[in-house]
Amino acid sequence: MQKPKKMAPEQLEAAANRLLDGDGRMQMVYAWYPEPDRIELRYVAHERSLKPFSVWSCRPSKPVPSLARIWPLLSWYEREITDLFGFPFHDQPQPEPLVLLSGVEPAVPPFAPNYPAGVELSVKASKISLPAIAGAEAAVQLLPFGPVRADVLESAEFLFLYIGEAILHLSTRLFFKHRGMEKRFEGKSPELAVTLAERVSGVGSIAHALAYCQAVETASNCTVPPRARFLRVLLAELERLYNHLHYFGHLCHTTTLKVGEAEGKLLEERAKQLNGRLTGSRFLRGVLAPGGLRRDLSPQGWLSAEIEALRETFAAYAARLEDTDSYLDRLITTGPLDKEVAFEQGATGPIERGSGVDRDLRRDHPYAAYADLPFAVALRDAGDAHARAQVRMDEVNSSIAIMQQVLERLPEGPVRNPCEIMPRSEGLGWSESPRGTLFYAVHFDEDAKLARVKIKSPSFSNWRAFPFTVHQTNMMDYAINEASFGLTIAGCDR
Amino acid sequence: MPLWTLFGLLEGKQTTSWPLAEGKDGQAGVLGMPRYHPDRCGEGCEACAEICPTEAITMRSGTGEGGRLAIDYGRCVVCQLCTEACPTEAMTPSADWAFGVNRRDDLVWRPHPEPVKAAQATARRSFRRSLHIRHVDSGSCNGCESELQALNNPFYNLHRLGIFFTASPRFADLLLVTGSVTYAMREPLRATYEAMPEPRWVVAVGTCAVSGGIAEGGYACGHGLEGVVPVDVYLPGCPPNPAAIIEALLMFLERAPQRVCGGRIVD
Repeated sequence: MQKPKKMAPEQLEAAANRLLDGDGRMQMVYAWYPEPDRIELRYVAHERSLKPFSVWSCRPSKPVPSLARIWPLLSWYEREITDLFGFPFHDQPQPEPLVLLSGVEPAVPPFAPNYPAGVELSVKASKISLPAIAGAEAAVQLLPFGPVRADVLESAEFLFLYIGEAILHLSTRLFFKHRGMEKRFEGKSPELAVTLAERVSGVGSIAHALAYCQAVETASNCTVPPRARFLRVLLAELERLYNHLHYFGHLCHTTTLKVGEAEGKLLEERAKQLNGRLTGSRFLRGVLAPGGLRRDLSPQGWLSAEIEALRETFAAYAARLEDTDSYLDRLITTGPLDKEVAFEQGATGPIERGSGVDRDLRRDHPYAAYADLPFAVALRDAGDAHARAQVRMDEVNSSIAIMQQVLERLPEGPVRNPCEIMPRSEGLGWSESPRGTLFYAVHFDEDAKLARVKIKSPSFSNWRAFPFTVHQTNMMDYAINEASFGLTIAGCDR
Repeated sequence: MPLWTLFGLLEGKQTTSWPLAEGKDGQAGVLGMPRYHPDRCGEGCEACAEICPTEAITMRSGTGEGGRLAIDYGRCVVCQLCTEACPTEAMTPSADWAFGVNRRDDLVWRPHPEPVKAAQATARRSFRRSLHIRHVDSGSCNGCESELQALNNPFYNLHRLGIFFTASPRFADLLLVTGSVTYAMREPLRATYEAMPEPRWVVAVGTCAVSGGIAEGGYACGHGLEGVVPVDVYLPGCPPNPAAIIEALLMFLERAPQRVCGGRIVD
């Protein structure tokens, strides 16, 4: 990992502008306490592909300017820091609570070193803030939906300002599911914390555990044996497979293509059953560890044929979908996301690739064995729901091709090397989850226990971009558009 | 425009005949709660208790028939770390994933589990062929939701058992809660419960809902449903798989016996 670049608060804006002009991209900012009385900000930026991420470190001695006007995607990160660390950013364009429910005003912010242990936050009267409406106010109605929604869904609240069928504005209220997961890592030993990382987002168990393990391995200069590197790719692609298959089942549900829904969900079930057979867990949990894998897996001799059978069924299924007018009519031109908006607001994964932003961590910042496994990054530029679905369709195929390569070339040998954690070390880890870029930043204390873990999940990025495709559209398209994003809430809320 | 119905029919019947008749439950190879063998415990060894991330395993003071460990499967997140840490195979991997119980006590390991009594005819029986469930996610990792959504895929096809999910708590007989109950979800959860007509029941699905799970404590989560709403069925698991959820629901309806007692399957 590159050494963090030290920066004074007044240098930040110029550096952020330089990054923008140099075709880089800001990834995130997070805070931590290197000493109990000293807060430090860490900005993580992508400058060029195949080069390490650059990290800026800022120990604020004076007010820190908000960079959200240069990098709009930073706005949510800054607001999260304000909520959880009580640290304000100067001139933040949207200075409202984000992660903490409005009406929660803890005397000590939850991440402050002196926050009392075991004390749960409490909510006083929670109030909703909505944009002011000019003009014919009386015609505009408010539809609050959630946090308990219909069907089996994750909890979140959506506030629609609408006239008849037309949506004027959507406000999302997420973070009802905020569990304070990052803080649960503190004081844990790096090996045991994998169990936590696997449970930040259930359908992203591998992506989370992998990014976490890689961060720990960076911090401890630990190398992973070749067999484990290949098996990690296999696990990550199995996760992508069942997630993307679920996606098509759900998308068909919203476009009321009933048989398509049943077939998509059946394919997902078949993929999950393969997961269970391979690892003992339908969510592929309990396998990854810092330094490699907890135990060896035996995919040889059976998995390849099963995956090939899935590929054939999926190919026929995908061809039928792409030939069904009722399905296509509801996706094409629905929920368009401009390339510029996707970039500025930080959209990630299949969402940004559906809007023509050509990024994929597996190729741009390869990890595990991806550098040895070439594949074509799926890309579309229409930016609508159909483009997002097509990107995922291509990714199912490339995912299966990658897995077959792994199974063909899987080296023999051990699957784990010991990782010795240095006191006060740190590391950054990442993975391209089924939903996009995922980062883990880990810091160790003087006893080589976890002092701070920051998790940047893909849905945190995509939920920020999502409302831009909803304003000024209509109610009929809403569910389809939301399904086309394939969002989860658990990872976003943490 | 392809003939979806025709292709659907060509696929043939994909639904398992389990649990009504012999058939696949779909969980080949899936690991469940580790089994405890008290006689194999090594003297002075505390490896499993030290490694357990949720304090499901703790050391008991004194010895005796129960061995040296106190195990609460209501806290187990099925991470299998204890089975790897134990040098003497006192904790072993198993396929015991169906862990639904009516009483919280039955998730705690004890030396002489009395046989589970056959179900008494209660008000629940009226709902045997038509049960409507309202689900509330009170702060989960989305693993439980993923498995609940799987219940309606063609393989499990929950509808065939007369069990349905409903949108409104007004139509619901059973409240199914997942997640560790965050500070922000506690009131919406209570409001949903209050909106249900009586008789009403609650099932806690997943270790988070049963006891708080991995996120327990800290500034944003309590201890699951404990002290929030009364619970009638506990189903730990991380997450419980669809077959485990089906077994627990049938047990709730008194269409299947409770198989777990004293922290293990006793049938």
